[in-house]
This record gives sequence, C-alpha cells and structure tokens, in this order.
Amino acid sequence: MDLMIESLPRLLNATKLTIELTLLSLFFGIFVGVFFAILRTGKNKFFYYIAYYYSYIFRGTPLLVQIFIIYFGLGQVEWIRESFLWIVLKEPYSCAILAFTLNTGAYSSEIFRSAFETINKGVLEAAKGLGLNKVHTFFKIKLPIAIRQSLPAYGNEMILMLKGTSLASTVTLLDLTGVAKYIISTTFRPVEVFIVAGGIYLIMTFIIHNFIKYLEKRFSYPQ
Amino acid sequence: MSMFKKTILIIFASLLLTANVLAEKVKIGTEGAYPPWNAKDESGKLIGFEIELANWLCIYMEHDCTIVEQDWDGMIPALLMRKFDAIMAGMSITAERQKTITFSQGYADEVAQLAVMKGSDLEGMDTPSGINLSLGGSDVKSALETLTGVLAGKSVCVQTATIHQNFLDSGDVGKINVRTYKTQDEVNLDLAAGRCDAALAAAVSFTDYAEKSGKPVVLVGPTFSGGAFGSGVGVGIRQAGDDAIGQRDAQLLKDFNKAIDTARANGKISELAIKWFGFDASM
Amino acid sequence: MGLLAYGDTGWGDELFYATLMTIAVAAAALFIGFFLAAIFASFKLSKIKVLNLIGSFYTTVFRGVPELLVIYLFFFGGSGAVMYVAKIFGYDGYIEINAFITGAVSIGVISGAYSTEVFRGAIQSIDKGQFEASEVLGFKKKIYYYKIIIPQMLRLALPNINNVWQITLKDTSLISVTGLVEIMRMSYIAAGSTRDPLFFYSFAAVLYLFLTFLSMQLFNKLEKHYSKGY
Repeated sequence: MDLMIESLPRLLNATKLTIELTLLSLFFGIFVGVFFAILRTGKNKFFYYIAYYYSYIFRGTPLLVQIFIIYFGLGQVEWIRESFLWIVLKEPYSCAILAFTLNTGAYSSEIFRSAFETINKGVLEAAKGLGLNKVHTFFKIKLPIAIRQSLPAYGNEMILMLKGTSLASTVTLLDLTGVAKYIISTTFRPVEVFIVAGGIYLIMTFIIHNFIKYLEKRFSYPQ
Repeated sequence: MSMFKKTILIIFASLLLTANVLAEKVKIGTEGAYPPWNAKDESGKLIGFEIELANWLCIYMEHDCTIVEQDWDGMIPALLMRKFDAIMAGMSITAERQKTITFSQGYADEVAQLAVMKGSDLEGMDTPSGINLSLGGSDVKSALETLTGVLAGKSVCVQTATIHQNFLDSGDVGKINVRTYKTQDEVNLDLAAGRCDAALAAAVSFTDYAEKSGKPVVLVGPTFSGGAFGSGVGVGIRQAGDDAIGQRDAQLLKDFNKAIDTARANGKISELAIKWFGFDASM
Repeated sequence: MGLLAYGDTGWGDELFYATLMTIAVAAAALFIGFFLAAIFASFKLSKIKVLNLIGSFYTTVFRGVPELLVIYLFFFGGSGAVMYVAKIFGYDGYIEINAFITGAVSIGVISGAYSTEVFRGAIQSIDKGQFEASEVLGFKKKIYYYKIIIPQMLRLALPNINNVWQITLKDTSLISVTGLVEIMRMSYIAAGSTRDPLFFYSFAAVLYLFLTFLSMQLFNKLEKHYSKGY
C-alpha cells in the first residue's frame, strides 16, 4: 500500500511526458490523416495508391516495429547521421513523435476517408447547385460533416494513441510506462505499481471519452 | 472436492503439463550480452569469463549445473520466481540489491568509467585516475565537482537497472540527462551513433566494444569504484528461508563461497580473469 | 540477402521458426480471449448488476491500460500469482510458467476484452425475434443458444473478430520482453548480432505484413462461407 503512495509522485511526473507525446502525435497525425484521406478520395490513381499503401503498411505492422526502424534502424545509417534528417532522428523524443504521428496518421486517414465517403451525395449536389467552388465545398461543408461523423471512431483512436505512447519506453524515454517498469523491476511489486500506473491511464482514458462525448453533443445538429 | 475446485484443479493441471518442477539440479542465470563477463558467440553459445568460472565451480561443488539466459532487467525477478537458483551475470554486490537477494563473496571486480567518441570535448578531463566513492575524502569530492561541471546538461547513456545508472541518478554528479537502455549493446550503438555525449559502464566492456567494432571509443575521466558501484561481483542467490527451498538456498550459498575460496586459492579465478579481461580482475 | 539464408550461415531459418511462434502465440491468445469473452460477455448481458459491473471492469481495464503494462504485470508477477493459487490447493513446489504461457495469457487477457465487446455487440444485434421464436417453439435456453443464436452471432461477429485478430497479432510483438522468441525478439537478436538493425527490423515489418495479408485472405473466405444463404 505504501509503495502505491510512494511511487505516485514519480509516476505523475512521468505522466507529463505521456500527455505531451499523445497530444503532439495526435495533433500532427490529424494533418497527416486528412492529407492522405483526401488523396484516397481523389481521382488521381497514383496518389490513391500512395495513400493506400501508406495506410496498409502503417496499420499492418506493429507500432513497436515502426518505432524500432525509425530509432534503431535509421540511427545506424551513416549518411542519415550526416544529413539534416539527423536533427529529428538523433533524439528519441522526436523519433517517437515521428513514429506515433505516422502511425496515427494512417489510422486517422481511414477514419476520415470513410467519413468523407459517406457524406450524403445530396448535400454535395446542393453545394454544387449553390455555386460553391471545390475549396469552399471542402472547408465549409465536407470537413465539418466529416468531423462530426468521425468523432466516435476518432475518440477510439485517441485512446489507442495514448496507449501507443507507452512504447516510447522502449527507446529510452521515461514516460509513465517506462517509470512504472523501473519501479516494478527494483521493488518486485508489480501489482501495486500496475494499479497506480494503470489507474492514471484509465483516468486519462475517461477524460478523453468524456471529451469526445461533449464534442459529439456540441457538433450535433437537429435531425 | 467440490465441482468448482475440481475444474480449477484441472485447469492448473494442464498448465503444469508445460511446466517443469525443479529437481536437484542447479540452474545459473546469466545475461549473455555483457562481454567479457558473459556473451554469446556466433552460433549463439554462451561464452565468457563467468561461463567458464561457473562450470569450474559446479564441478568443484559436484552439482549438475545448467546455465540459463535471462534478460538483464528481469534477472532478479527471475531468480525470485525460481527460474534459476543463482545469478552470475556481472552483477555487483550492492546494499540495494541485498535488500532482496543475498550474494556470495565477490569473485571478481571491475571499475566503471565514462566513455566518449574520439574528438569529444569531454576528453582530457582534469581528474585523478581513479576514485573510490566508499573512501570519500577531498580528492573524491573535487573529482565529483569537476565531473558535475563538465557533464552538466549532457546526455549520458547507461544500461538500465545497473550500478552505473544508480550512480548517475544519485545526484553525485548533478543533473544529467540520463538515457537508459535494455542492453549494453544498445548503449554502445547509440554512443557510436552520436546520440549520447558519453556513456558509463564497466571500463572493460568499452574496451571490448572498441576492439570488436573498431569504433574510436575512448575512456575518459576517473575510474569509479565503491559507493554506488558496489563491492565487487558475486553470485546472486535467494535469501535463506524456513521452507525446503529456503534451506537449499542457504546451503547453495555456503557451497558457492567454499568453491570460490578454493578457486581463488589455486589461482583459477586469476587465470580466467587474465584470459578474458587481459588483467587479473580477481578479488 | 545472404543474411536471410536458411541454415547455419543466415538467419532465414531462425526467422521462419520465429514467424511460426508468432502465429502460435497469437492463436493461443485469441482462443484464451474467446474463452474469457464468452464468460464476460454473458456477465455484461446478464440481468444481475454485479455481473455487469465485473464485465465492464474487465473490458474497461484491459482495453484502457497499455499492453506493455499488462505484460509487465504478468511477466513480473505471473509465476507468483499462479504459485499462490496452487498453494491454496496444497501444492507447495515451484511452478515455472514458461515464456509462451506468460505471453499467450497476457495478450489473451487483452484480446478477450476486445472480443467481449464483439460478442456482446453481435448478440445484441441479433433480431429479438429469433429469441422470441425459439422460446415459443419450446426450445430450452441452453439448446437454442447453441444451435440458433451462436451460429448467427458468429456470422455477425466475423468482421470484428478479424479486427481483434489483427490487434492480437500485432500485440505479440510486445512479448519479446518475456524472452519468447517470436518475430520481434528474433529480429532484435539478429540485429544485435549483425549490427544491422535497419535490415532486420524492416524484414520483420515485411513478415508482419505478410501475416496480415494471409489473415485477410483467410477471413474473407470465412466470411463468404458463413454468409451463405444471406
């Protein structure tokens, strides 16, 4: 019991890193996701396939493999170490965010793609009829509807990303899971640490869940 | 027995089908990733100073030993869970570890040192060639001050759950960006890749890496011993207990101590140390 | 490419066996998950509030906590937990729980949390009419569940079970920490030994993609089979 209280401050301190990693990755991931979703729903075959394979690869391989390739794999390549890419790839922090962003970008692109595709054709025809050009249609009509459609699935993705950040601990970053593991391996009391660290994750999950519910209410329009 | 208990028992019986019940043999756990103490050759066979020493000690003790591989960060839990009965993995005897397990007398020692890549601005540090943290004194203090100044804000890479990590975390050298890795190999790789300003580990493991990889790794600063660095490397054994296994562990501890005494007296440890370390690291 | 040679010179054979191990532990985890899901889905569908809570607790915890943390729980605590329970039954010796069981159980518990939701959702979406008709026709609950409801549930659940399988398969990469030699761990060993992490981790990615691809084919076939008559 006292281990749980004792370890709490250290775990809470590490939670800051977890939150940072999650928010930054989700933020960048949205842009990546929207970008590839547009490519997927566009008419250009070449871009369609680029988006298709990007999504296939990043959803079909474990996040652990992705982060290892970026951090350990690319880190051993001579010419990368001498190029400007090294600015990002040198630090585990940016490597982790890169890996997480690419990963969530792939899942997000699927969510947004399906949201774009299921927009009622009637709405789009109405927009055309009203003389709105492509850009206008996209930002004023498609995007808001797509956002509303995606909320439940995207909420799920946010929780998956939160869990995904735990893999940062495999590349030297001391996030909540990393510190939890350290405490477990020095005190040999896995259950107590699991309860506290797991509890913190569950609280964050709960917050995300309720945030999405709130957004769903706010963005809903009378049917 | 109630129906419920029967069902549970059947489930456990099936789990047991894939389990081994410990017999009279002695299993020794090692990492296999910490040359020259313990490592693996190309074919995956365990080799190293401790492998040979373990085999010799076992023959002397007349025990049937098997050497088992275990990841470093799960080493003590695995011992406690009785995956094996003794640890010989370059594990230093420290007060912290002695809270959970017990150690035989030390059989060999190593000093720790910082390593950098050639050309680093950390080369040419003005410190004594070696400091012993247990002895304390003014030159230890001034050496630590020099180090604190030189390492401030730098990133130093270590293997996780080691005495080296404990030292860096202790605050003796101020606030450093400590990076922890699962294996010493990963530390070496990131040091060579330029991701760490410096790394801290046993001096011999850096010289071994420099030799095998050809990378320009240079040892800098003083050699460390004592204090957080513990008092030599010994055999880790579970603490004695009242039950059957606890008594067995107590006996195993006595056996190992006797065997180490003999190995030291007849020069076996020195011989193996010179073979694997290049110098007499025995204690 | 010589690195992948089969036999002594290359890592090809080790990686092949590692791939088989990945499939084996993922399959074991999936079925452990199904076993748990059957129990907890029925809890969640039950009229007893306490059982609902227990079911929700299970799915919330094991879908909300990172997989690594669950794996550490079982890896550092597993043997102890099993031995503790065995002591209750009078068995005082040592039980070694090997890496395969630890891995399969930890991923299985997580997989089960997802499967619970899939089963629950599938049963709830079966037309109520089926239940009513079965009652009216005089079938006992146990019988009509087995012969009428469950086959339909399987059909509805299949696409989602495919998702659970994909998740389970990828989660197996995390149990390399227990020492089990599956794809990720083998790649780690090979990368360390040859100092070529880029090659081996990239190849691991290829292996996982291959498994993903095979799984898609398999599930498509299964879906076709179970959709006969619809």
